[in-house]
Amino acid sequence: MSVFSPTLDAKLTRLAEAYPQRRSALVPMLLYAQDELGWLTPEAIREIAERLGETELAVRETISYYSMLRTHPVGRYHVQVCTNISCLLRGGEELLQHCRKRLGLEQRDVTPDGVFSIEEVECIGACSWAPALQVNYDFHQNLDPARADQVLAEYRQKA
Amino acid sequence: MPENNSVHLTIDGRAITVPAGTLLIEACRAVNIEVPCFCYYPNLSVQAACRMCLVEIEKMPKLQTACTVPVAEGMVVRTDTPTVHKARKTTNEFLLTNHPLDCPVCDKGGECELQDMTLTYGTGTGRFDEPKRHRDEQQWSPVVFYDRPRCILCYRCVRVCGEGMDVWALGVGNRAILSTILPNAGDHLECEECGMCIDICPVGALTSGAYRYKTRPWEMKHVGAICTFCGDGCRTTLGVRNDRIIRGDNRDASGINGEFLCIKGRYGFDFTQHAERLKTPLARIDGELKPVSWAQALETVARRWRAIQQQGGRFGVIGSTRALNEESYQLQRLARQVLGTNNIDHHRSADLPTLYDALAGTSATGSAPPLAAAASLKTASAVLLVGGDPTYEHPLLAWNVRWGYRLSGTRLYVLHHREIKLRRQAHRMAVVAEGAEGAAVRYLAGQGGAVAARLSAVGPAEEKRYPQLPPPDPQPISGGLEEFKAELEKESNVVIIFGSELRGDDIRALVALGGRLAGQTRYIGLADHSNSHGAADMGLYPDLLPGYESVSDAAARGRFEALWGARLPAEAGLNQREMAEALDRGELAALYVVGANPLRLDPVNPANLRRSFLVVQDLFLTETAKEADIVLPALAAYEKTGTLTNTCGEVQATRRAAAWPGGKSDLEIIHALARLMGVDFGRPDPDRVFAEIRAHVKGYNVSVVQLAAGRSALAVPLNGAVPHRSAPHLIRSNHDTLFSDGTLGRYSHAINEVMEKRLLLPGQAR
Repeated sequence: MSVFSPTLDAKLTRLAEAYPQRRSALVPMLLYAQDELGWLTPEAIREIAERLGETELAVRETISYYSMLRTHPVGRYHVQVCTNISCLLRGGEELLQHCRKRLGLEQRDVTPDGVFSIEEVECIGACSWAPALQVNYDFHQNLDPARADQVLAEYRQKA
Repeated sequence: MPENNSVHLTIDGRAITVPAGTLLIEACRAVNIEVPCFCYYPNLSVQAACRMCLVEIEKMPKLQTACTVPVAEGMVVRTDTPTVHKARKTTNEFLLTNHPLDCPVCDKGGECELQDMTLTYGTGTGRFDEPKRHRDEQQWSPVVFYDRPRCILCYRCVRVCGEGMDVWALGVGNRAILSTILPNAGDHLECEECGMCIDICPVGALTSGAYRYKTRPWEMKHVGAICTFCGDGCRTTLGVRNDRIIRGDNRDASGINGEFLCIKGRYGFDFTQHAERLKTPLARIDGELKPVSWAQALETVARRWRAIQQQGGRFGVIGSTRALNEESYQLQRLARQVLGTNNIDHHRSADLPTLYDALAGTSATGSAPPLAAAASLKTASAVLLVGGDPTYEHPLLAWNVRWGYRLSGTRLYVLHHREIKLRRQAHRMAVVAEGAEGAAVRYLAGQGGAVAARLSAVGPAEEKRYPQLPPPDPQPISGGLEEFKAELEKESNVVIIFGSELRGDDIRALVALGGRLAGQTRYIGLADHSNSHGAADMGLYPDLLPGYESVSDAAARGRFEALWGARLPAEAGLNQREMAEALDRGELAALYVVGANPLRLDPVNPANLRRSFLVVQDLFLTETAKEADIVLPALAAYEKTGTLTNTCGEVQATRRAAAWPGGKSDLEIIHALARLMGVDFGRPDPDRVFAEIRAHVKGYNVSVVQLAAGRSALAVPLNGAVPHRSAPHLIRSNHDTLFSDGTLGRYSHAINEVMEKRLLLPGQAR
């Protein structure tokens, strides 16, 4: 029994055959699995290892190498605030602290209702519009505390 | 023009020629130029992780890693220039960034590659002011500990576990400065617990639970002994302090096993110090076993034996599958000459007499011996495995088969009733119903009809999880063997390994099959224990003298009669089960058991045992010893000097490593009993006895120089038919796993405390 949806199940089956070496499909499979589940659960890791004929250890090795692959749950909206050079110079650090305070995430990373989580990240490639943050796959740029509040409020409403 | 297969190059001004494809680091070693390295390890994949082996190569802009560059024609290499020295110094400094300088307490101190390299090639100072990152040590299993800060990330453990052992239990997690070795089960290991990762670790990152913090390497003497557990005959280098064994390893790659050892060879020695080990002789007094002196015990035995002889009572003798060749030889002499009986047997686990009989009738007895040494599996072009499960029952043979598969392109054919782990190295694997191996061999030999079989998925692409989950029961389909047969018939110079599934006529069919294959077919019969093969060779059979000669053959018997100046009985005696039955009926007046536990295999009603005089010499109070009238405490193999014959028929010398104050060797006891019975066997000197064996036992005229040099010599007791009463029901392999070994295995803490022990029961290994 697959832990994935039928659509993803089919996609992963295609991916496993798509490369000359089966294990080449590992990183894409992990990313798609994480998108669907929010994080890489032990069950997902086991299934992906089986699909590729690899050990679970080999999958965990790869996951631990990439900081964007997670083995712990995050909120439905995962807020990633950039504090790399450009953003830092334009108030990224203050933006991070502001968001943490606004979301009540000074001491933890995920809100109790599981809606928001926050993470400080390295460059997200939005230097021209710094400071920037990313919520799941959406970018929000040229932020100041007021605009950030607006962005977070919109997500809160959606939730 | 250079020759096709050799390459000429210059290293440090010396012109040398090496085979094409040689790695530069090996070329340097060939001319005794040391290139320091950590991650490079011969016969594992190259890694180039440590950067210690940088050398200058002309026309290459940067320093190159000698461990990855194959030699090329005309290459000019320099390993001794200021640039190279500087590179080594800085690399060394980097390796020490977070490496704690705790050498005075580290187990590895004194034999650490990093310590040696730092002294030889390092700067002696470091420029890092930052505090070193510390991480607490982790215990991954009862025998494996990991000290993360000491790790220099050479990946040797990862590669030997995966490539060498095919277990894949270790990996590397995280990135850069946070990189760390990871065990496969999160916070612990689930593996074969072989300890290869510990031995191969160049630093003190992986340490052994059995040895850590017990001593310093230079405080031990190191003795090369032959492992006393399974039949493979690995050499385990025992570290001994104050006559106690503290460590077992084979870091010096001595013996037929090279660097390989399994958990039993590496940690199993602790049975020698088990609390239940017998320290004094015991005698049954008023129904209970009570300590007595050696003199009293031996005299009681001799007195009772003489009385039984005078009354015409029957004797029985059961020999050991772990005792040395010299001891087994003298035991059968005692039985035949002193006790006057052919009622002598041992726990049989391979039908060797039938193999030799079958081979004698073929042309296989030509120039080269039709037996294969363990090392020949490393280079064999093809191997056929029928039955047995070398991964768990004969770990060295499995290691060698994997070696051949990995480095020599060996094509492995497996015929089995289970999906054993070696299917992952198999070229073809046929699964037949349990017990159908013999019929399948007959089919392959062209002697019988088709057998239902299924070709199994093979190859390393299969899941590599450990422990192996039991696969679904094989659903045999008929005709599956046809392709197997067609492929096998293309092979030549095949080495055939067979387990105890084949016995009697099945072995004759196997030899017929071998005869049909091209080139010279060689055989390995799998026998359970360290000297099971030797026990058979030394004549621990009711109908066979040493060297597989019949007791009823007047000429053969005459030779031994002349040698010992005595008459020997000519009629075949009782086998082990018949002796048990005779005991049950009260028809065996005396039974002498040497290092065996026959009541475990053939239970006898204890009340009936009381009617016989039972003498047992062993290390522990086994099921059999508990019923004895006299128990004599014997020495373990690690406390004796002599020879052993492994499952392949290779004779090797073992050396006394430790002492056990209360015990005597089987040889000493046998000689003492013979003297008390009025026959002088001479001094209990293993060298003298082995000289007699060399002179008089067929196949054992091996080179003593070879044995003294620590090598093995194949004993081929092959010469004419073996008139042996085959008893297939007596071929009873224990099917021990890595975590059990007959009765002896119960007394090692190390091999019993690993959690995998619970996952793998004898005969259930996958």
